[in-house]
Amino acid sequence: MILLIQYTLIFSSVLILVALGGCFSEHSGVINLGLEGIMVMGALGGALAMKYLPIAIPGFFYVLLVLLAAILFGVVYSSLLAVACINYKADQTIVGTALNMLGTAAATVLVKAINTAENVNNVSSEISYIEPKKKFIAYLGEFEFNWFMVITIIALVVAYVVLYKTRFGLRLMACGEHPQAADSVGINVYKMRWAGVLISGAYGGLGGICYILAGVSIWKFEYGVAGFGFLALAVMIFGQWKPHRIALSALLFGFFRALGNTYTVFEFLVNMKLPSTVYNMMPYIISLIVLALTSSHSRAPKAEGIPYDKSQR
Amino acid sequence: MSKKEKQPFIDWFLDSNGATSVAVVILGFLAGIVLLLCIGKNPVGLFTAIKQSIIGKAAKGGGWNFRNVGETLAFSIPYILCGLSMGFAARVGLFNIGAEGQYTMGMLAAHIVAVCIPAFPGQWMLCVLAALVVGAIWGGVVGILKAKYKVSEVVATIMLNYIALYLYPLVCLNMLPQGTFNKTGRTADLASTALLDNFLIKSSNLNIGFFLMLIAVVVYWFIMEKTRLGFSLRATGFNKDAARCSGINDTKAISLSMAISGAFAGLAGACVILGLVRYSKILTSQDNYGFMGIAVALVGNSRALGIFLAGLLFGILKQAYSIMQGMGIPKEVVTVIEGLIVIFIALRSGLSLVKDYRAKAKVRKEVSK
Repeated sequence: MILLIQYTLIFSSVLILVALGGCFSEHSGVINLGLEGIMVMGALGGALAMKYLPIAIPGFFYVLLVLLAAILFGVVYSSLLAVACINYKADQTIVGTALNMLGTAAATVLVKAINTAENVNNVSSEISYIEPKKKFIAYLGEFEFNWFMVITIIALVVAYVVLYKTRFGLRLMACGEHPQAADSVGINVYKMRWAGVLISGAYGGLGGICYILAGVSIWKFEYGVAGFGFLALAVMIFGQWKPHRIALSALLFGFFRALGNTYTVFEFLVNMKLPSTVYNMMPYIISLIVLALTSSHSRAPKAEGIPYDKSQR
Repeated sequence: MSKKEKQPFIDWFLDSNGATSVAVVILGFLAGIVLLLCIGKNPVGLFTAIKQSIIGKAAKGGGWNFRNVGETLAFSIPYILCGLSMGFAARVGLFNIGAEGQYTMGMLAAHIVAVCIPAFPGQWMLCVLAALVVGAIWGGVVGILKAKYKVSEVVATIMLNYIALYLYPLVCLNMLPQGTFNKTGRTADLASTALLDNFLIKSSNLNIGFFLMLIAVVVYWFIMEKTRLGFSLRATGFNKDAARCSGINDTKAISLSMAISGAFAGLAGACVILGLVRYSKILTSQDNYGFMGIAVALVGNSRALGIFLAGLLFGILKQAYSIMQGMGIPKEVVTVIEGLIVIFIALRSGLSLVKDYRAKAKVRKEVSK
């Protein structure tokens, strides 16, 4: 039971972080399909930081530095999406897909190059962080408490406040709803969209490092992040682009995901003899049905996916 | 004088989709070379591998190995078919990111028919048919969701990709007869009559799926360019509202195009399991042919011939990918090149900025005269 709660919370943390990233980007009017790739890059940044930082650094600063590295990688990588889609008006869906293809491959090439440079015979794409991982975890009895759970709550509150209570957030959302109107009252749409995409890069990067620290302590970069970026997109839509609803739907999705890993603990579930893949499939099926029911009155930002062109009114 | 000759070339270049595609591919390779230099590898290896996968011969004096050519052609089958899948939807203005799922379902259908039905000659035709139908259903569902319930096809297909991916082992492990090598991730063997026969280069996997692919390319071209259906599909792609006003049933057009698109991807799945894999493997992770199909269709501008050529290019890269592994070059470099090609293609819309600028400059010049 404790295991189920623990897995649910950690999976939900990843989903909340990444979905909030998508939320910022889409509210500014840019569809960010590249979250998967951004997560991989964030994970790479964090993993490299854990590889090279001396372990002697006190816990708090160590965690902070690793997070900053992940955020930095995420932001830099997402700027590729921003340049292509905002300045050069490229198709957002296509660039997002390319970011996903590129992310995993580039991270693998890089890690392999680093590994072979250290040891000629080592051609794996693994980074191990057994010692550093312990700094992210505190034990409360049997419960393995992960600091990311706190970070996620902070990130959630920050996202809510920024989006709804600050001038910046309201302007950002205006750019996703009606950029021409926003521009006419003096808001720089290009800058706002850049901000939206970069913030989504930061959140995506955080989600990425959270994901690889969730279970294992050796990460193989060939595997990417197994569709969590896409799942986060589903969470975001399920949550109707609102931070508090995103948190709730992430809990639901995380719960099913965790159930797939831990269902053997529950006798009545084992007795039902459902294969574990059924639980893994569940979030996708639910979101597909919900999408079918709600899409015709969806609260999606109206101008998302359309490159802003000043000369078009 | 030289300026006069140069200008038309730029205009021609900006207008021609084919020329920009070629330029984009070259740019992608240049970026790949830079990447290889950055990580301290010799980029010549990349081109040796590519040469080897095109003509089967690595260097002067080296032995001919046609197996590589056969593998290249065999790999290009699923790329081209998935490219057709993506392209068909793209011409109707849809972004079918779900070729991967439709491919998986087609593969599953072919797998089931090949395992469950007692062997009879020509069984592969039934397998292929099943794959076509199931792929079409998997795609058609998205079309109906899009047309009737306004579900974004991008999100719906992503969901269906993962459902298909989990459905494959679910069905194989729980419903199909199990083989004696159960633990190594196989079901009972595929019937030998269900396999696609090899031809021409027997040492490689080049199989008659190649002809199925050629037929698919022709069918694609014929439907798109020569039939009333194709016209109504393209009209819907250009402007949905205008198409509806002129009496085209856009709900039908969207559903049908997604179904046909899914059928192409389903066929790709059948060709892979019956022609390339050739044993009862249980799919546990995505093969990425479907996602690469997006790149193939983009490079090929969603035209039949373009997709065919782009698919061959990706087949070459895939074979080079295997050869490079033996050379100590990280094979993911190939995927990086492919990803960059897609980004550069997406940046093509940036070319219209150049066009605008040139048009403005021209007007300014005339005014100042």
